[in-house]
Amino acid sequence: MVAFRFHQYQVVGRSLPTAADEHPKIYRMKLWATNEVRAKSKFWYFLRKLKKVKKSNGQVLAINEIFERKPTKIKNYGIWLRYQSRTGYHNMYKEYRDTTLNGAVEQMYNEMASRHRVRHHCIQTIKTATIPSKLCKRESTKQFHDSKIKFPLVFKKVRPPTRKLKTTYKASRPNLFM
Amino acid sequence: MPFKRYVEIGRVALVNYGKEYGRLVVIVDVIDQNRALVDAPDMVRGQMNLKRLSLTDIRIDIPRVPRKKTLIAAMEAADVKNKWENSSWGRKLIVQKRRASLNDFDRFKVMLAKIKRGGAIRQELAKLRKQTAV
Repeated sequence: MVAFRFHQYQVVGRSLPTAADEHPKIYRMKLWATNEVRAKSKFWYFLRKLKKVKKSNGQVLAINEIFERKPTKIKNYGIWLRYQSRTGYHNMYKEYRDTTLNGAVEQMYNEMASRHRVRHHCIQTIKTATIPSKLCKRESTKQFHDSKIKFPLVFKKVRPPTRKLKTTYKASRPNLFM
Repeated sequence: MPFKRYVEIGRVALVNYGKEYGRLVVIVDVIDQNRALVDAPDMVRGQMNLKRLSLTDIRIDIPRVPRKKTLIAAMEAADVKNKWENSSWGRKLIVQKRRASLNDFDRFKVMLAKIKRGGAIRQELAKLRKQTAV
């Protein structure tokens, strides 16, 4: 529906088979990137840090995009991340309420940029999980766990239905009451 | 000035911006402060920003995130379509749509009808004026 900036990819790779090691271990990683090329690059970045293999002596065996299984179900997502601030690296756990994991990750990147001034290349997602409502930790997600939720829209923004009908001056003041 | 129209499960709203402009949808669940999950009988259930919705007075009784069948049944039971078309807001929208789809002959007929109506009003006014003047 909405175009996501971040897509989730599954990248599978291994080091190239050599005379010493005919069947090297195959590693799989799930990561977020804007496109496939970047996903492969990120894969080698992380794999280099974990195992003694580089892109020059390795091969990507498969890269698939992972799509949301139930995009019409609202879920609580918990995201564990590691980010670089101006003074050092920190770990964080954040919760988001969204219908898709890609949407929650996009929310996370936007929130980190706005609240902590962290750009997206300084963020590493460690782990993501859908959290059942009982185990949510943040008040801001828990307040929506109400089957009889009800709130008024306090401020009605008057907006023309298309950008074409936008004018700089209006004849009368708008009515902001819902 | 208390609020009368709330964002709640079962609230019928009109989409006022975007691709789905003019469609009546039902709020089926609330995602967070700004977004709700909306559903209508002829569209895939999806999320929508509350800024794109204008709440109406109509509210139907549904459990949280109902199946499509229960939603359609509840909408039939509450008779949303008729209530909407009989409400003043709904009627205005129908008239607007009709006016936008007139062809030139229809516009000619409208002009004649307006002249006729104006003439009838002026006759009555003249009669009343004569009465008060006398």
